[in-house]
Amino acid sequence: MVAPEFVKFFTKGEPMKPASRAHRVTSTLVLLFFLLVRLSPALCAAAAPDEGKLVHVADTRHLTGFSLFIANLYNTDRLLFTIFAVGLTAALGLVLGLLMDGIVAAIGLDLGRRRVRE
Amino acid sequence: MLDVFTITLPISGVPINVLLLVLLGVAVGVLGGFFGMGGAWMVTPALNIFGFPMPFAVGTDLCHMAGKSIISTRRHAKFGNVDAKLGLTMLAFDVVGIEIGARLVMFLERVGLAGPVIRWVYVVFLFLIGALVFYDYFKKRALDREGGTAQGGESAVRWHVTLHRINLPPIISFPVAQVRCSMWLPAMVGLLVGMLAGFLGIGGGLLMMPALVYLIGCPTYVAVGTDLFTVMLSGFYGAFTYGLKGRVELLAVIFMLLGAAPGAQIGTIATKYVRGYGIRLMFGLTVVCAMISVMLKQLGFTTPASWFVMGGVSAMTLIVVVGMVRGAARELRARRQAVV
Repeated sequence: MVAPEFVKFFTKGEPMKPASRAHRVTSTLVLLFFLLVRLSPALCAAAAPDEGKLVHVADTRHLTGFSLFIANLYNTDRLLFTIFAVGLTAALGLVLGLLMDGIVAAIGLDLGRRRVRE
Repeated sequence: MLDVFTITLPISGVPINVLLLVLLGVAVGVLGGFFGMGGAWMVTPALNIFGFPMPFAVGTDLCHMAGKSIISTRRHAKFGNVDAKLGLTMLAFDVVGIEIGARLVMFLERVGLAGPVIRWVYVVFLFLIGALVFYDYFKKRALDREGGTAQGGESAVRWHVTLHRINLPPIISFPVAQVRCSMWLPAMVGLLVGMLAGFLGIGGGLLMMPALVYLIGCPTYVAVGTDLFTVMLSGFYGAFTYGLKGRVELLAVIFMLLGAAPGAQIGTIATKYVRGYGIRLMFGLTVVCAMISVMLKQLGFTTPASWFVMGGVSAMTLIVVVGMVRGAARELRARRQAVV
């Protein structure tokens, strides 16, 4: 069977090889990941229909500094607030984890080996 | 004197003592790392008892738990206890379940029933988990006394043997967990755990660890690591979806994480030194403490509920810390003697 012109263009004139199973699985996972990233805000926002939705607004009148920043972000852009919250949580978890690893290593405990008695 | 540490949280407007949040973080970190779960099932009731509206307690808990799981999972990954293949299989269905649970919470909030409904579901859920753990513990002891078949740490409840007979393709091998079963078994476990996780604000560890041990047949030490791995990833999804719904109190998350970081390290390290079937009994007692505190809160006894949840959790934390310090001291002493 003759390959269509556009296929020849992308395969430099050679007939396209059937994709391996691993390749197909990887491509599907990448596609699903991008779909999830693209669609998740819309899906999550659709969690509650607009009618009757409880809208919460942070009271910024007595806030200062970082608290004020969080409250303003929350009130103005919910998606940005969410990304900031998740990113900060992940970063804090990672930094604190590394810090604690350093402390444990400095104490001299060997956590690389252990006997399993089960 | 401690009023200096009382702040008003920026989003929910709840006044709370920062030290209480840090202490809760430490306790949950230690017990979560030790029992192999986020420990979030202690946080949601505690935050609610401290004055958080239930949807905020659920969202804040999920967010804090995601950050804390990074710390514990890194430690367990170093021990080689994580079956990533099993974890990812469950995760795919777990996130769907979380979204279903979160939508249910938002619906209950709109009709004004989130607090009582979630609290009663917590009581039933904690009762069932506690009952299963105690049943398993006492059955194992009875078998040991009679010289029965349960060997070493092998679970006395062996439902996984029956479930492994399900031959629905694809059949998958999970090498670290040494399990071979239908993919649909971990998938359905993931979906159910996710639904409860999204609804109760737990990472799923409270359900997932028993499910991994009793339904899938993992050794406990692999269940601990795999559970934390799955909880970490699903927790981030939970934090994301609750963040979009506006029910995450970020400042509380930060304070709890500051306490949970050293706590999770201590708890995870303690599993190296404190071992055996007694861990499951301690786990059961902690579950009972949490259940009683939720009941007290629902019945209107908020102050006794606060004391009960913090007292119970702190006592268990102390036991784990003492065990860890004694074990670590033994190891350091032995190493010093080996050098001499």
